[in-house]
Parts: sequence; structure tokens; C-alpha cells
Amino acid sequence: MGMTLYEKIYQQHKVATMNDSTDLLYIDFHFIHEVTSPQAFAGLKQAGRDVRNPVATLATMDHNISTQNRRIDGAGDVSRQQLTALKQHCDEFRIPLLDITHRDQGIVHVIGPEQGITQPGMTIVCGDSHTSTHGAFGALAFGIGTSEVEHVLATQTLPQQRAKSMKVQVDGQLPAGVTAKDVILAVIGKVGTAGGSGYVVEYCGEAIESMDMEERMTICNMTIEMGAKAGLIAPDEVTFSYLEGRPRAPSAQQWHRAKARWKTLKSDADATFDKTVVLDAGSIRPQITWGTSPEQVMALTDRVPDPTQFDTSDLQRSVADALHYMGLTPGSALQDYPVDVVFIGSCTNSRLVDLRQAAAVVKGGRVAPHVRALVVPGSAQVKREAEAEGLADIFKAAGFEWREPGCSMCLAMNDDIVPAGKRCVSTSNRNFEGRQGRMARTHLASPAVAVSAAIHGYLSSTPLVSGEGLI
Amino acid sequence: MSNYFHQGAACPLAVDNVDTDQIIPKQFLTGVSREGFGEALFYDWRYREDGTKNPDFVLNKPQFNEASVLVAGHNFGCGSSREHAPWALAQFGFKVIVASSFADIFYRNCINNKLLPARVTANALESIQQSISDSADSQQARQISVDLKNQELILANGEVFSFELAFSDREQLLNDNDFIGMAEQYADAIDRYEDSRANDAPWFMPQSFAV
Repeated sequence: MGMTLYEKIYQQHKVATMNDSTDLLYIDFHFIHEVTSPQAFAGLKQAGRDVRNPVATLATMDHNISTQNRRIDGAGDVSRQQLTALKQHCDEFRIPLLDITHRDQGIVHVIGPEQGITQPGMTIVCGDSHTSTHGAFGALAFGIGTSEVEHVLATQTLPQQRAKSMKVQVDGQLPAGVTAKDVILAVIGKVGTAGGSGYVVEYCGEAIESMDMEERMTICNMTIEMGAKAGLIAPDEVTFSYLEGRPRAPSAQQWHRAKARWKTLKSDADATFDKTVVLDAGSIRPQITWGTSPEQVMALTDRVPDPTQFDTSDLQRSVADALHYMGLTPGSALQDYPVDVVFIGSCTNSRLVDLRQAAAVVKGGRVAPHVRALVVPGSAQVKREAEAEGLADIFKAAGFEWREPGCSMCLAMNDDIVPAGKRCVSTSNRNFEGRQGRMARTHLASPAVAVSAAIHGYLSSTPLVSGEGLI
Repeated sequence: MSNYFHQGAACPLAVDNVDTDQIIPKQFLTGVSREGFGEALFYDWRYREDGTKNPDFVLNKPQFNEASVLVAGHNFGCGSSREHAPWALAQFGFKVIVASSFADIFYRNCINNKLLPARVTANALESIQQSISDSADSQQARQISVDLKNQELILANGEVFSFELAFSDREQLLNDNDFIGMAEQYADAIDRYEDSRANDAPWFMPQSFAV
């Protein structure tokens, strides 16, 4: 019987069978950041253990840093202590660190791919749930907790139980103005926030195959938002051309051998999936979340849902609670609601392609007077490239704040916070209560929709669709 | 010595999709130790904006202040991978979380912290919630005994509900094995794997990264 891509990678990394339900998997690469690693290093020291393979880990500063400057205390003294601890631990255990002033610093899931570290067929982990991003390259990548961070540092392995396989097939071509963010929000809306629990998801279909790598990363990034362990896309020529020549990609003499191996990384025709979900790309419209979970999503042109239209009393209650928190009236149109903040950034949508999409929508417009709008590039490299292309000038001229790289308002650990009761259109990945600040109201959307909201000053009504995006 | 993994009073939190941002908000993730998270558990629900306790939140009600079993809803612990979430729950005093499903990463983090994520059917969860609500004022009537070997929850009224748990997870909770030490027993196999990988796919073996 054939194997899925997930099963192939899992099998290739099995070091040992520990018991009936658990295998010991080898981890090819490990990313760490300042928030989920300090306790892991403390555990190593307490047990007198060393890091098994320091060069198989890369550290970056991203979650807790200021995006207004490159000072280690830019986001306050508490942040400084955490960043200092990361530097000390990396020095002590000989782990490479892209610190706040490094020319390659950035959000952990942006720098891995752009450096060419992320490659097809790898196993990749990080103490961050959006590690699924790297699955866009056909790598098995997933988030782990701090105890597991310590385990990987010490042994370069992780005990794992085999997950089930889900196929998400997006058939046909996307309409103009519909982006990868709209696709993944539509998928989550269909599958639900727990529908992927216990699964590794493989995305396929014409719409997925026609996406560039940055768009595929957006898709895989939000796999965790439907509860799945990881998301995968089989590597193809798009993947190979993205990787070729990057600093950490296979050298010229190994390239052809690597590529030949990578071409075998696809699900067999007779592979069995435990669950299959099919979407018609042509029916997907620009999406925006209305509630406090990524599954509470609708087309931008739809009306706010009515709790009474949901099946169960539990659902009716949770929808009513979400609408109350979000300050939305059932049946109302989104253009009725003014926007206070717009955030373009995060490991979901802060790459160069995302910023190009966003800049194309600006088209000489200006951020509405009552809106505060931020653009936070995903890495120092993205920032340099965006500045060289003139994208930064477009944003600044339109009244957007142009920031330094970091996680920023996605989780609001630094000083980029949405005030209580304020409404934010965000290109990030989570709209939970309080995620962007206590009592903050978050609407997840694509960069194009976010820019449109910043300029109109409202949760835009039917946007005009042009070849270049939404206006 | 008791045959039970844990016996304690239950507290209801009948909310679906409780995410890790709610369990432990991000402003409490800035430390460098594993301690001090209990007071921040469910911070935005437990405390008002002025810092005073919200008397309406279940954990602030006096009859539940000794609770050690949290009976939650569906998809508990969704969202981020922060292990601070089970640290906060455990440091607050919880030993067991009962739910009809758990987010994968949160579930694993619980096991690694000896916090039992007991997964029951949706019908069983409804019955347990009902039983706790009916006896809200009696700590004794809200007692739940956890038989880990047989994977059963025994309520004070005698009702018994089974819960799901992988064999290896049960063993990890029952035994005081060193999580990392277990893998270190396979050191030779790891060495062999790395040797074969270096020959078979050398581009996978990371070289020194000069930064």
C-alpha cells in the first residue's frame, strides 16, 4: 500500500521504536527564541547535560523585542532580561544566535526559509506553534513545548506518536484579488478550530500548486489554527527554484543529488488519507474573521451571522459571546464598523510577497485619520529588500508606520498593543480574546484587505477587485 | 497508600475552545523560570481591569478554591505551544483536566508536566458537568477519583466514566522516569542514525553556522 508524504518523512526519521505507540524521531533542525527556551537551558544545566549538536539549532530574538528600535531594552527591562538570558545560553552552549542587531535577524519562521535552512524532507521543530509554516517546503515541522525543547537540545530526537493524515484539496483557480490568506481562512472555517486535531494535513490541488513559496508558507502557517499538528505541501519546481542559491541550501556539488531525493517526496497515488476535505477555489472570496476564534470567519461581503441560525444551544451561546466581545450586531454589514488599528506583519504575512501585495493596494491612498497602521517586516532581509524596492516609501507616504522586524502586534508581548475596546484588522493568525491586548478586538484578514481597511477607515464593504488586488 | 492517581474536588469550566492565551496571557511569559504562574492563570477572566478579583468567575468562588480537577469543554488548550499554560494550571493546584478533546501540543505539554489530560466522550463530559453543577456547594459531592491504571473517573455519586490515554502517556504519568533519560538509552541508535544520514543525505547534516 502507498504512503503519504507525512508517513514517508516520519518513517525516514525513525531512530527507534520505544513502545507500541511511540517512536523516537530524529530532528534535523531546531529553531529557538527567547520566550520558550530559557527554562529548557535551565533544565539542561540542572541535569548536567550538554547540547548534543549545537549547529543543528539556530536562535533568534523575535517575540519580545521592540519594533521601534534595535535596543535590547527597547521593549523594557523585563524583555531585556529574557533577551540577555538567550544570549548567555547561546554563548554557553555554542548555539548560533541572530541577535537583535544581526543582519539576518527576524521572525523565526521567516528566517529559516529565507536562509535556505528549511528544506524538503526535513524534520523541524521550534517552541512555537506556527512552526507548521516550514511544511510549505515538504518538511515535517511542528511546534513543541519547553520540556521538548530541552529534549531536542539534549538528544536531537523527540518521542512521537504517529498522527492521522488529512488531505485538503483546493481545486481550480482562485479569483482575482483572492489570496493564500483567504484560502486558509476558508479552510479553517470549513474544518473548524479542532477539526484537524490529531492530524497532519497535506495541501494539494491546482490552487495550491499555483502558489509561490511565500503563499504556501501562509497556508501551512495557519494549519495549527484548525488544531492540526503540521501542514505539508509536496515540493516541486517552485520549491526548488526558491531554495537554489540560498546561504544554507545544499551546495552546488550536492544540489542535484538533493533535488533528486526531494522529487520523491510526494504522497503515492494509492496512499490512504484518514480524512479528505475538498474546496472549490473559484468559490472562495476575500475573508475576514468576525469572532474570537479563527473558525469564526466569513466572506468580506457577507453579513455578521445571527446566533439563532446555529444548530445547538452551545454554539448559539458561543457565537453570541463572540459577537458581544467583538461589538458586532447580528445581520449588520461590515462597512458599518470603523477600524482603529491595522497591523501588517507576523509569521503569517510579513514576507516580501505580502508587502508587495499590500503596497499594490495603497495606490496613492492615505491611511484614514482615525486609524493607526503598522507595517512590520518579518526579517531584516525583508526590510532591506522592501526598502530597496521602494515599498517602504509607499507605506510611509501613505501614513503607515514602517517598523523594525519582530513578532510585534501578533501577540503583543512588546509595546505594540491594541487598546481595550479598539478594533484591529490584522494579517496575523489568532483572534482570541485579549490576544493583541486586553479586550482588544481582532479581525484576521489578508494584507490586501488590511490595507483596504486602513485607507477606508472601516471594515471595508465590497472591495473593488482589480488584477493587482483589493482597493 | 491510595490506588488512585488523584482524588480531589472538581470545578466546572464549561467553555469550549479555551485557548492558551486565556489560560496564561502573554504578559506573563516574560520570565526565565518555571515558577510563579499560578496567580496569572486565566488572568483576564479572574481579574477585572483594576486588578480586583472578578467574583463571578468560577475559580474565584469560595466553594471552588480547593478544586484540583478542572472539568472543561471541547478543544481545551488550543493555540500556542507555551508550556506556561500547564505550568500555570499545575501551580494553581490542578492535577487533572477533564475535557472531550485537547489541542495536541497542550496535551503533550500536560503529559510532560505530570498533569493528566483526561479525554472523555462528549456525553460523558455533559454528565460530569451536570453532576458537578448539581452539587456545587458540596466539596465532597464534587469529589472525583482518578484510576489511571484502568483509565476511569469515579464520581462521588458512584458514576464511572472511562477516559482515553495512550499507553506510553499513562506510563509516563505513573512512573518517575526521566523524560530525556528515556531517549538517552537509545544513544547508540542515534549515533548510527546520524552516521547513515551523513552518508545518505549529507546536505541534511548542519554545518557550523557562522553568525
